[in-house]
Amino acid sequence: MSDSQAHAAPAEHATKDAAHEPHDPHAPPHDAHEIAHHIKLYWIIGGVLAVFTMITVGLSYLDFDHWWGMHGVNMVVGMIVASFKVSLVGAIFMHLKGEKPTIWRFLYFTLFFFLGLFLLTFFAYADPIFGTWHLTR
Amino acid sequence: MQIPYEVQARPDTGLYNAKLGIWLFLASEVMLFGGLFSAYIFLRMGAEPGFWPLGLLNVPIGTFNTIVLIFSSVTVVLAWASLKMRKFADYKKWMGITIVCGALFLIVKLTLEYPAKFSHFGAYIEKDKWSKYEDYLGNKHLAEIKRPPRVEISGHLHGVEVRGDRAVIEDFAKANGLVVKEVSHHGEGHAEDEKKGPLYEVLHEKKGISPAKAEKLSKIKGVELVAFDVQLDAHNADPTNKNYDRANFIPPGLSEKRAIIKAEDVHSWSAFVPKHSTYFATYFMITGLHGLHVLGGVLVFAYFWGPGAALYRKNPEHLANRVEVAGLFWHFVDLVWIFVFPLFYLL
Repeated sequence: MSDSQAHAAPAEHATKDAAHEPHDPHAPPHDAHEIAHHIKLYWIIGGVLAVFTMITVGLSYLDFDHWWGMHGVNMVVGMIVASFKVSLVGAIFMHLKGEKPTIWRFLYFTLFFFLGLFLLTFFAYADPIFGTWHLTR
Repeated sequence: MQIPYEVQARPDTGLYNAKLGIWLFLASEVMLFGGLFSAYIFLRMGAEPGFWPLGLLNVPIGTFNTIVLIFSSVTVVLAWASLKMRKFADYKKWMGITIVCGALFLIVKLTLEYPAKFSHFGAYIEKDKWSKYEDYLGNKHLAEIKRPPRVEISGHLHGVEVRGDRAVIEDFAKANGLVVKEVSHHGEGHAEDEKKGPLYEVLHEKKGISPAKAEKLSKIKGVELVAFDVQLDAHNADPTNKNYDRANFIPPGLSEKRAIIKAEDVHSWSAFVPKHSTYFATYFMITGLHGLHVLGGVLVFAYFWGPGAALYRKNPEHLANRVEVAGLFWHFVDLVWIFVFPLFYLL
């Protein structure tokens, strides 16, 4: 451990933890203070996710497809809410917000192939080369 | 063997190695689940109207499990944050709660959700016999309000009516805790049927007969399956009721009404198991694989909570990194569930 900033950590933390863990030779790392500030955010995001779970459930009982005479409106609405929830999990819980560029580069690469996979699925129903469109059933 | 860069960041990537490793693994997981969701889209879009069921799963239980997973996602971040702040007691607490949540998710799935499906009976009616079962399907009503038809009669299998060697049937019943009753022929063409020999109902007055046992019985040589005696699901008992036009948040459950369904009118029948339909095949495939991921996460967390926690004394930052990496996996599992829940339970 090259934690030269260890002394910068709050003194009360260090003494308190030293009492709990006499074998721990290490004080909290320099980013510990910042992490402590994030705890509230984690709870808030957890709450937002729970609320949006309820919203997804509620929205699924509104019969948009039938009211508007269209296919897949409920599906699109459900997937938009799910995507919003997933981006919160990714950005905050998985720390993608402010993550190193190396990881983002790998994820762009994955995203490319993931979208390619779903594009192939889509082309099975709507093939622009042979002009077949099977999207409405 | 010492693995390099388990605590310090590698200069070229700016990351400790395990973090890059887990993200590569998660990238491959994205493609794995992506393939399965792609199959879901194919099968769902290819399904004929009425053949992609809605409302067969228990939404309150699914919602509960979703909240449990979200809560565990918070607690696993708190476990990691506690290690970062060198609060070991807090780490043990939050990690312990995460493990309990993961286990709770699995227990709910394996003791409430799956068994309820394994014991539920469903029979797809042959297309040209739909009108004969109109009282249970309500397809005229559904066509009027421009809804897809009902194609299946489901419920609790009370008993099955069979023909064949009485001694063989009695033996089977005895071995399976069931009783055999001679029943009179009924329905159209019963005069013809009577010539084929007596009809027996194999049943259990209280518990009914499980679809799996009914299947075993039907496969015995010399036993002919004639009909199913079904305690109907509410939407089949009262198919024109507006409340059942769409799925409900609280599942209406079983009715008191019983119906006899002739085996010759049935296209296929089984419990709500993978072979029941493409819907249940994809449901069990995806939730089963997801459940295995939850199990894997719980086992890894249990190790980090128990024997693996000893690393804290030697190198707390290393343990924090391990927990962070396992946590990333856990969030991914949560993320998959966020899509599974609406796709199978709600939409």
